[in-house]
Amino acid sequence: MNLHEYQAKQVLKSFGVAIQEGIVAENPNQAHAAAIKLKDQFGSDFVVVKAQIHAGGRGKGTIMGKEQRGVAVAKNADKAKEIASNILGGTLVTIQTGPKGKLVSKVLIAQDVYYPGSSQTKEFYMSVMLDRTVSKNVIIYSTEGGMDIEHVAETTPHLIHKEHVDPRVGLQAFQARKIAFNLGLSGEAHKQMVKFVQALYKAYESTDSAMFEINPVLKTSDDKIIAVDAKVSLDDNGLVRHPDYAALRDTSEEDPTEVEAGEHNLNYVKLDGNVGCMVNGAGLAMATMDIIKLSGGEPANFLDVGGGANATTVEAGFRIILKDPNVKAILINIFGGIVRCDRVAQGVVDAYNNIGNIPVPIIVRLQGTNAAEAKKLIDESGLKVYSAIQLKEAAELVRKVLG
Amino acid sequence: MSVLVNKNSKVIVQGFTGSEGSFHASQMIEYGTNVVGGVTPGKGGTTHLDCPVFNTVQEAVNQVKADTSIIFVPPAFAADAIMEAADAGIKVIICITEGIPVKDMVIAKEYIKGKDCRLIGPNCPGVITPEETKVGIMPGFVFKKGKVGVVSKSGTLTYEAADQVVKAGMGVSTAIGIGGDPIIGTSTKEAVELLMNDPETEAIVMIGEIGGTYEADAARWIQANGNKKPVVGFIAGQTAPAGRRMGHAGAIIGGKDDTAAAKMKIMRECGLYVVESPAEIGAMVAKVLGGKVSA
Repeated sequence: MNLHEYQAKQVLKSFGVAIQEGIVAENPNQAHAAAIKLKDQFGSDFVVVKAQIHAGGRGKGTIMGKEQRGVAVAKNADKAKEIASNILGGTLVTIQTGPKGKLVSKVLIAQDVYYPGSSQTKEFYMSVMLDRTVSKNVIIYSTEGGMDIEHVAETTPHLIHKEHVDPRVGLQAFQARKIAFNLGLSGEAHKQMVKFVQALYKAYESTDSAMFEINPVLKTSDDKIIAVDAKVSLDDNGLVRHPDYAALRDTSEEDPTEVEAGEHNLNYVKLDGNVGCMVNGAGLAMATMDIIKLSGGEPANFLDVGGGANATTVEAGFRIILKDPNVKAILINIFGGIVRCDRVAQGVVDAYNNIGNIPVPIIVRLQGTNAAEAKKLIDESGLKVYSAIQLKEAAELVRKVLG
Repeated sequence: MSVLVNKNSKVIVQGFTGSEGSFHASQMIEYGTNVVGGVTPGKGGTTHLDCPVFNTVQEAVNQVKADTSIIFVPPAFAADAIMEAADAGIKVIICITEGIPVKDMVIAKEYIKGKDCRLIGPNCPGVITPEETKVGIMPGFVFKKGKVGVVSKSGTLTYEAADQVVKAGMGVSTAIGIGGDPIIGTSTKEAVELLMNDPETEAIVMIGEIGGTYEADAARWIQANGNKKPVVGFIAGQTAPAGRRMGHAGAIIGGKDDTAAAKMKIMRECGLYVVESPAEIGAMVAKVLGGKVSA
């Protein structure tokens, strides 16, 4: 589960991670008031207005139909209000949102942290994640902060450092010191970076997170170390232990059909193709999408109905797939193991009758326990449903119905 | 011969008296698996499905000499169950549970390192040596005894592959479902290695999916070891978009190296027989084995 920047920063702050302070606003007046409040607190007229969406590249992205970036500096409260009114309610298109963009309903009014002082400011990159190859958490960091880290990894891989954490003892002080030295810091800034790294890792462990990305981590002109942006992704499997974080979920950031599918315990991912599919098991579901493609179609979705495929789940699956107007055919692929195919077939027939007229051809491939009975049941139902037992036959039927 | 489990395996079920544990334990007993008992803390001393229930895995090891365990414990307690099994001296630990927090698995995986045990899973369908023993949740009737080893991250896709192999007139030596989580006990390469060293396995089906580097690692190992047995490979998720989790917690494209296309390319370069379509797995196995295998 992903958090918004403003939520992520509050979570980090609660573990002692220094952050760029800010106040969330949902309308231009709130943005104005927030900027005044930040001026009172930090003494600067300058604030940064940051669109809150679950996607990166906001600073370079633009609001559809306007010459407005998703992140912009305002020199005073009036300007902050004006920028906020440009952003709020607008659709922000970034490199990560795709051409459709995302609706912005909140902005973060953040303190200006690039103020002049006794030393130069410097931006760093830092992330924490699981290194799957060694089953350990790793802190990835670089002196090249504030830019696209994938580009840094490609062009200057020697500037990216990794520090693995031993699960038996956790992050050690020497590791935090090493990170601070490798980032070229000394004196007070070094001390602050050690503190930052330790607090950041503690936050990662304590929140059951799957990924932290802080880009940039800023050394201010007065040698503070703070998180200027924060991308936090929590481990979905760990959320049961953190009801307070689970409550931070913003379903408006998700595809509404995916949210609805989740309510029916269906694992659904919306795609852009023309053939819907409904499958038991994640691996077979991906393989079925591949079959669709190889048969001349494009998968319209991923949908895993899990182990208990019955009339209720099949009907919910049909309704969800049919919400997508691009769907020209539906392929149901069930390998019945513990689940009996004839029961699934009956479920398909019942669901079809409950929904009424389904306007697209349906191909049902049922293999496994009682597959022959299931095929007979489908064939004799009188419905416009094609049946198959072998995966190959199902693939040929997809090709046929797409014409 | 077979790998990991056979008719002599003495199996206990952790989470024995729960609904999942009960259902699959009775299915395993029906298949012929030597289930010697189960563990449910607090219910020790009772009997379930005509088998003794123990409070701890240690008791089960001491009293009925259990050497294999299958875990159906709920996600929040499953990593603990893995460590308990390892501590008690269980040799093969098969964890079916889906949804274990990654943080717990980081610790469990580290804990079992250096112990004399092998973990399969979590989030897997288990292991079956057809006509001997089934330590898993797969439909037993699909698997006929034979000489093709199967390694897969996915449950139903394992059944699909086994079914195609059987329909093509061959059979399965051992099928290993390694699991679809980001942290699993036995990698694709380790499972393939077991089957390469099994004298009765003559060909291997290796099924992977998007995410991680396991299939590429396995392919490179297979080539470095001289391609001793033909390996038929398939990677699910050629049409999966980057950055989206496809059902399995580990099935997410993170970069350009863990796409299906990238993995299939490496597998081909390493001399594996890669099929584009999952419908072609059985036919490809038959082709690479030619007339060599009769059963």
